[in-house]
Amino acid sequence: MNRPLPMDKPQDPASESIQAHFKLSHDSFTLDVDLQLPGKGVSGFFGHSGSGKTSCLRCFAGLEKPQEGYLKVNGEVWQDSQNGLFMPPHKRAIGYVFQEANLFPHLSVLGNLQYGLKRIPSTLRQVPLQQAVELLGIGHLLKRMPDKLSGGERQRVAIARALLCSPKLLLMDEPLAALDPKRKSEVLPYLEQLHGQLQIPVIYVSHSADEIGRLADHLVVLEDGRVQATGPLKQTLVRDDLPFIFEADAEAVVDGHVCDFDQHYRLLSIRLNGSDSVLKLPHSMLENGQPVRVKIKARDVSINLQKAHDSSILNLIPAQVVSIVSLDGQAQVLIHAAVGEEHIVARITRYSFDRLKLLPQQQVWLQIKSVSLLGTA
Amino acid sequence: MPLSNDDLSAIWLTLELASLTTVLLLLIGTPIAWWLARTDSWLKRPVGAVVALPLVLPPTVIGFYLLIALGPNGYIGQLTESLGWGILTFSFTGLVIGSVFYSLPFVVQPLQNAFESIGNAPLEAAATLRASKLDTFFSVVIPLARPGFITASILGFAHTVGEFGVVLMIGGNIPGKTQVVSVQIYNHVETLQYTQAHWLAGGMLLFSFVVLLALYSSRQAKQGWQS
Amino acid sequence: MFRHRLKALCALLVAGALSPNSFAADVNVAVAANFTAPLKAIAAEFEKDTGHRVIPAFGATGQLFAQINNGAPFEVFLSADDSTPAKLEQAGNSVPGSRFTYATGALVLWSAKPGYIDEQGAVLRQNGFKHLAMANPKAAPYGRAATQTLEKLGLSTRLKDKIVEGQSITQALQFVSTGNAELGFVALSQVYKDGKISSGSAWLVPDAYYQPIEQDALILSKGANNPAAKALTDYLKGPKAQAIIKSYGYKI
Repeated sequence: MNRPLPMDKPQDPASESIQAHFKLSHDSFTLDVDLQLPGKGVSGFFGHSGSGKTSCLRCFAGLEKPQEGYLKVNGEVWQDSQNGLFMPPHKRAIGYVFQEANLFPHLSVLGNLQYGLKRIPSTLRQVPLQQAVELLGIGHLLKRMPDKLSGGERQRVAIARALLCSPKLLLMDEPLAALDPKRKSEVLPYLEQLHGQLQIPVIYVSHSADEIGRLADHLVVLEDGRVQATGPLKQTLVRDDLPFIFEADAEAVVDGHVCDFDQHYRLLSIRLNGSDSVLKLPHSMLENGQPVRVKIKARDVSINLQKAHDSSILNLIPAQVVSIVSLDGQAQVLIHAAVGEEHIVARITRYSFDRLKLLPQQQVWLQIKSVSLLGTA
Repeated sequence: MPLSNDDLSAIWLTLELASLTTVLLLLIGTPIAWWLARTDSWLKRPVGAVVALPLVLPPTVIGFYLLIALGPNGYIGQLTESLGWGILTFSFTGLVIGSVFYSLPFVVQPLQNAFESIGNAPLEAAATLRASKLDTFFSVVIPLARPGFITASILGFAHTVGEFGVVLMIGGNIPGKTQVVSVQIYNHVETLQYTQAHWLAGGMLLFSFVVLLALYSSRQAKQGWQS
Repeated sequence: MFRHRLKALCALLVAGALSPNSFAADVNVAVAANFTAPLKAIAAEFEKDTGHRVIPAFGATGQLFAQINNGAPFEVFLSADDSTPAKLEQAGNSVPGSRFTYATGALVLWSAKPGYIDEQGAVLRQNGFKHLAMANPKAAPYGRAATQTLEKLGLSTRLKDKIVEGQSITQALQFVSTGNAELGFVALSQVYKDGKISSGSAWLVPDAYYQPIEQDALILSKGANNPAAKALTDYLKGPKAQAIIKSYGYKI
């Protein structure tokens, strides 16, 4: 294992990062991860239940004490089992958002918010109460008791409470998993806003590809307690060696900018980064030039060898086949294609694949049935 | 008023004994209950069983062993003598020691239940919010376990007031020192002073009823914020 | 042949009906706790001699009194004093004329430590002890006798703060035998075996120091028609029982 020396200078780019190694086993489960994460932005930990993502997050927080562990956050070593160093959770500059908000039932919303705040020396406080309250839109709830809050409100309070600890690392354990879709959509915009405004690194655990796609910059895929893939989100989400792509709904996330809006048909045009290709989708108007992120499911993409005319399908763009994932026994094949800088995946039947005789480097036309807009990036 | 001076001093003594015992029990019982609620040690069951012993043993058994243990030939008696405290039987201090042991399960068990029902989640939340373990205990555990503390105090107090066998065995029936209400009732019955026995026994009955009523009311109130 | 057999059977039945056992009855006896051991010994002899069966219940005199007044099924009552049976007699709860003194208790000052108590009881006048145990004088005759003794010796006031009371004479003995009290007034019958003090040291308090501790017995109303009740009270007055009682440290 390559571990940087603990002596790293702050200017060193390596200090602007999170290095973690945890080896934890109990009963039949073993977590064994070795991670290097960017020192800012959102790292999405993705995996199915039982994949070890929550255990891993708990190791970051110190709530779990692994047999072997090393953790260094932006230059500070929090844990080093080889040197017998283990900072207990309350000494780590973290914020932790639990799946079930986990507010203190005996304290009001304000009492909950102040709980962590009061325990930080005032010189180290970076997030004023007022700012956290405004950021999460909970000003009208301060006097309420937690049992008088909706699930979404509870979760927003929990996020504000974590922020008020002025964390150097924000850990979020499926903060939306316990919410119904309506509550989810109530909280998500706040998370996206945080993403834009926070300067601190965030680890966001989720089993929802949708949330990860909307929020994360960096992706870590966990399976059976091991890291399956790690890397910048866009490259990782379509990496073709990931079994999860077959299990879950494979999808691509692509970035672009708004380039036009058709008033009559209410269609928004988005030019993909690094190419002339334009995707159209029904949407309300957005300003030209605004960066956006769209999600394209692999099953909504089909492949033509020639440009089809007279189709009801709106989006037809040229692409180059990059790789082909064809697993024995699978009825379907996953085609990974490049459009400028962006990558799109298509899922087609093995029958069609054999009929089209597709090969890497081949020029094809992608016919895209449906595109959905993720948050504005 | 059919109550004699001895009766009044017995009532006062009983209240004094029960109050002091309850305070001591909360101080001793809280760490024991916390340990029992949190530990995975193999000692958990044996210790739990020892704490629960007074629930099943006749008070005379406890009284008899205390009489021996606290006496000049017993371990505790030899210890207290070597510390210069003398022999504690026939003294108020001796009654307090006996009562603490006798009422221990009535304080430890409600506290243990309250601690167990808190679960891990609030403790972990506090840990991630910079609270040390001790800080967490005072700022989270105690407020959340408040109904358990109320139940424990009421039961500990009431059970000490109702204690008879142990006091009988190690008290010596000394007015103002060890002659508590339950013993005084027994004295009255033994000497066929039924009127006074009725006054004290009736008062005890009323007291117990009020205590249990308070207890059940507090339990209902507790459900208020436990969602 | 058959007739012969029938005759034999009849003869057997008649013989059985006439044997002493045919009159055997059970008698429920309430017994003061201090008389537990002698009663068991007497009951064994009584059952052997008469065929009746004794079913004893032991308890404190005051408790037994309350139980009798509230309908307990006792037929004979052996009290630890004479006043409780007198009360039952007055209340008409007994067979008139059946009351008699079956034993007289003797008071002894006793310590578990050998040589601690001298033969004159002078130890009481020395301030060498912390606790003097006795039975509750209001509830137990031995307690009353102990109080009278202290008065006679002029020590009541001086020893007032050293007195610890047991609810019964049994408990007073417990305090002394466990060493929690250095000495105490107990019943001779409690520390007496085979004609002498069985352990520790003792001073036999002279009769003149206290009113006799007369233990009375009577037949209760419920036993009026039970021949075994009468048989038992008669037996208690007899020489065999008296000898047993004496051997347990009672005066007759």
